[in-house]
Amino acid sequence: MYVRGLINASGDPNAAETPEQLAHFQDRIDAEEKIEARDWMPAAYRKTLIRQISQHAHSEIIGMQPEGNWVTRAPSLRRKASLLAKVQDEGGHGLYLYAAAETLGISREEMQDQLLSGAAKYSSIFNYPTLTWADIGAIGWLVDGAAIMNQIPLCRCSYGPYARAMVRVCKEESFHQRQGYEIMTTLAQGAPAQKAMAQDALNRWWTPSVMMFGPPDSDSIHSVQSMTWKIKRFTNDALRQRFVDATVPQADYLSLTVPDPDCKWNDAVQHYDIGPLDWGDFWKVVKGGGPMNRQRIAARQKADDDGAWVREAALAYATKRSALMEAAE
Amino acid sequence: MSDRARLPLWEVFIRPRNGLAHRHVGSVHASDAEMALLASRDVYTRRGEGRSIWVAPATAIAASDPDHKAEMFDTADDKTYRQPTDYHVPEEVGDM
Repeated sequence: MYVRGLINASGDPNAAETPEQLAHFQDRIDAEEKIEARDWMPAAYRKTLIRQISQHAHSEIIGMQPEGNWVTRAPSLRRKASLLAKVQDEGGHGLYLYAAAETLGISREEMQDQLLSGAAKYSSIFNYPTLTWADIGAIGWLVDGAAIMNQIPLCRCSYGPYARAMVRVCKEESFHQRQGYEIMTTLAQGAPAQKAMAQDALNRWWTPSVMMFGPPDSDSIHSVQSMTWKIKRFTNDALRQRFVDATVPQADYLSLTVPDPDCKWNDAVQHYDIGPLDWGDFWKVVKGGGPMNRQRIAARQKADDDGAWVREAALAYATKRSALMEAAE
Repeated sequence: MSDRARLPLWEVFIRPRNGLAHRHVGSVHASDAEMALLASRDVYTRRGEGRSIWVAPATAIAASDPDHKAEMFDTADDKTYRQPTDYHVPEEVGDM
């Protein structure tokens, strides 16, 4: 149940965790039992989930911006309607995820403050600009495609509210990826200028998309514990490989070229090899040095400021009305 | 600490179609019941998932304590006489 603030007594972060409690918890996880909001859980499990779910929610909310940039300039009414629906879905996904995080005892307001202050991160993919209409195709195809690879295993995450939110999200993401690929197909099969635009978008979005799975397993600080807790089911590198294997043939179908000269089918391992990735650039963007970091947060802050009076007025109206109703009884 | 206006939390229940019960689907923040219904429609029924919505203030829901799960529920496990399979019906009688 999504009831906020109902942390059981043993969820007190100052309470000592006994080895028996920890062992019993791990037994439940190993038995594939779901953990629900009010069940006992180690403080570190709670903290990890709050970090992961809130970052995920923030990514959905910030992710509305690069695509929202093209809503008014979509090339047809059908494209406009589907892009609008997609951006609205991202907002919905953010809300399901904030609600799931709230079951762990953090408020939505706190999470929003963490996003605006920079204390919480979001997926660094959204710190790149959407320069042409083809970027909307590339985002749906690649960014949503990578997100789906990440999210499908999360439907089986050990934490019930997160897993349930992900089931809804995954159902809706499938439309996102297909609409993106349809845009790419139309451009790739169009005039030479359109095809060049599609190739240019692939050139810019390929590497950031491949990096969406996070640093290599050897450098991933949270991976091992998250796998033990069954928050994560597959390692970053395993998911990345799965994405590359699924996506390269889709690029081939469009007669577009993945911008990686080392990307080749390896018959021995039955996978595509990829060239080395520049993780220095990845970390620079995560830490705020990407092309759009400042604009993204500024736009979010403006939306928050501009909406403040609406929230206040709605609350004032509700308070006044309930006072009137009570007086009338 | 945030100084933003805190909108109350509502639990959302949706009936997918007539003949089925309302089922808990998640929650929304809203200033009052009317706004909670509108927000629930936008957040939870964008693809025809529902024909009816209930919202209830999260604070109005009382829940059993998971720490007392065993006392509450495990006792049902050894009352096998409440199950039809606990009773023997001669094979000649057929399905019952």
